[in-house]
Amino acid sequence: MPGDRQAAREAVMRAIAGNRGRIASTWVDTQLARATPAIGGEELGEEVQAIISCLLEGLGRDLPDDRVATGHAPLREAVADLSRRWARLGASPTAIATAVFSLKPAILGCMAPQAEEALLVGRLIDAAALVSFQTYVDSREEIIQRQNRQLLEISTPVVHLWHRVLAVPLIGTLDSARAQIVMESLLQAIQDHQAAVAIIDITGVPTVDTVVAQHLMQTVTATRLMGADCVLSGISPRIAQMVAQLGIDLSEITTRSSLADALTEAMRLVQEEGRTERTPAG
Amino acid sequence: MTHSDLSSTSLQTVPIHTEEDLLTARHAVRAAALAEGLGLVAQTKLVTAASELVRNCYVHGGGGVLRIERVLPPPRRGLRIVVADQGPGIEDPDAALADGYSTGPGLGHGLGGARRLVDEFELRSEPGRGTTVVITRWTA
Amino acid sequence: MTSPDIPIIRLGEVLVAGLSRELDDKTVMLFADELSRRIGDTRASTVVLDITKVEVIDSFAARMLMEIAAMARLLGARVVLAGMRYSVAITLAELGLALPGVETALSVEHALNRRAGP
Ligand SMILES: Nc1ncnc2c1ncn2[C@@H]1O[C@H](COP(=O)(O)OP(=O)(O)O)[C@@H](O)[C@H]1O
Ligand SMILES: [Mg+2]
Repeated sequence: MPGDRQAAREAVMRAIAGNRGRIASTWVDTQLARATPAIGGEELGEEVQAIISCLLEGLGRDLPDDRVATGHAPLREAVADLSRRWARLGASPTAIATAVFSLKPAILGCMAPQAEEALLVGRLIDAAALVSFQTYVDSREEIIQRQNRQLLEISTPVVHLWHRVLAVPLIGTLDSARAQIVMESLLQAIQDHQAAVAIIDITGVPTVDTVVAQHLMQTVTATRLMGADCVLSGISPRIAQMVAQLGIDLSEITTRSSLADALTEAMRLVQEEGRTERTPAG
Repeated sequence: MTHSDLSSTSLQTVPIHTEEDLLTARHAVRAAALAEGLGLVAQTKLVTAASELVRNCYVHGGGGVLRIERVLPPPRRGLRIVVADQGPGIEDPDAALADGYSTGPGLGHGLGGARRLVDEFELRSEPGRGTTVVITRWTA
Repeated sequence: MTSPDIPIIRLGEVLVAGLSRELDDKTVMLFADELSRRIGDTRASTVVLDITKVEVIDSFAARMLMEIAAMARLLGARVVLAGMRYSVAITLAELGLALPGVETALSVEHALNRRAGP
């Protein structure tokens, strides 16, 4: 780092270290005056003090000015924490970024900055504001993804069909993500209910591709590993043909043409369980 | 701990030199997966994949290191495990990734299996210089 | 380490062994030795391995389990793997390890109820 840049950095560090309390209270006052999110002064004080401490630490690291906020993990986390909390309280991304930006005058106000020093503070805080914006976008993304997953779970219910018999009636196009969720919820239900037989009914599934067929095969394998049986029902001649064309061997899997037939088979398996030895397939 | 790579933060490093280290590594990955909020199945898959890699590092690579990293946006959040050794390397990576291929008494499902258990998988190996495997599981 | 970390209980002709959360290499090897001795001593017809508590099975542990089953068969006993967690089952299936030839049961109770022959 060139000498004058280094000197500017040290000057800013000294200014921040020597005026922590003043910077914090100036910042808190600014936020309270704006009254954006409903956060009390005490909490605001804690938030900004965490950021100031981490900022000082980060400045002590060998990181370029504009990378202190992203490269020094504790600082990035402190800014992200503030952003997430504010976002949950309903603050807009602009309001959050503005709050971060207002650290600039708070810091510069307690020193008589040289040009280089003012630039440095600007670069530092701009990067921090970007972090806060990114965090906002990400947490929105997270919420959307969580809602998507919940929708998937609702659309694939596991039904308790009979004593120790579970079924998942699959309807609609199966993609890999959905097949994965079906598999997990079915296997978890087997464990929770100590079910002896699981029926996967694909009457309502129009097409099957390799990935989905593989998921189905894995479900069957996992079911057997847990000590239960799996019956696949509702395979139409068209699906059977598709599966054969994909070169997938379903011969090891118990299949029935209708859900009713599958249930009959399942009841037979439940009765059989506890009386006869079952030699594993495969 | 360096923060030279801006897209990830190193959380923990576990040396792999003894059989006990394999357990320590597994525990560390489990704890990190839990802390990142991964569900039970995702945790189990990640720990199992890491377990395959550290065992390979110990058995085939003569020991090395496991590093746990948090991947930060952009573009996505995730947990990354890096397992590296300076052992003999892998002559034919494609063969090594195939199920059932093993130069030892193992089942030969470790590498290929680990690849299926995670979202991203990268194998870097140079014969005579060592092997590094990087696996990533997205957490959001 | 002389006393094994994995207790083996005898119920008539059945031996039940409870595997701990962590299957580390040494414990599993010691257990295999101890189990073969006990099968020889007791002439047990069935061995139930209770894996309800086991949280991770990688390909190494899977191989040990298959070897233990094969060893028991040679000594005239069948092995039932009981209580595999669903998270472990999904992971093993994805690893491509179906544990062929190893009998399974939902729990130790189910394994004990399901006795050989009609
Ligand atoms: N870290 C490593 N260093 C050198 N060779 C390796 C390493 N990891 C894997 N290999 C090679 O790849 C093969 C396949 O690995 P894997 O699928 O884990 O099977 P296994 O460990 O059961 O042999 C190994 O037998 C070994 O030859
Ligand atoms: Mg291996």
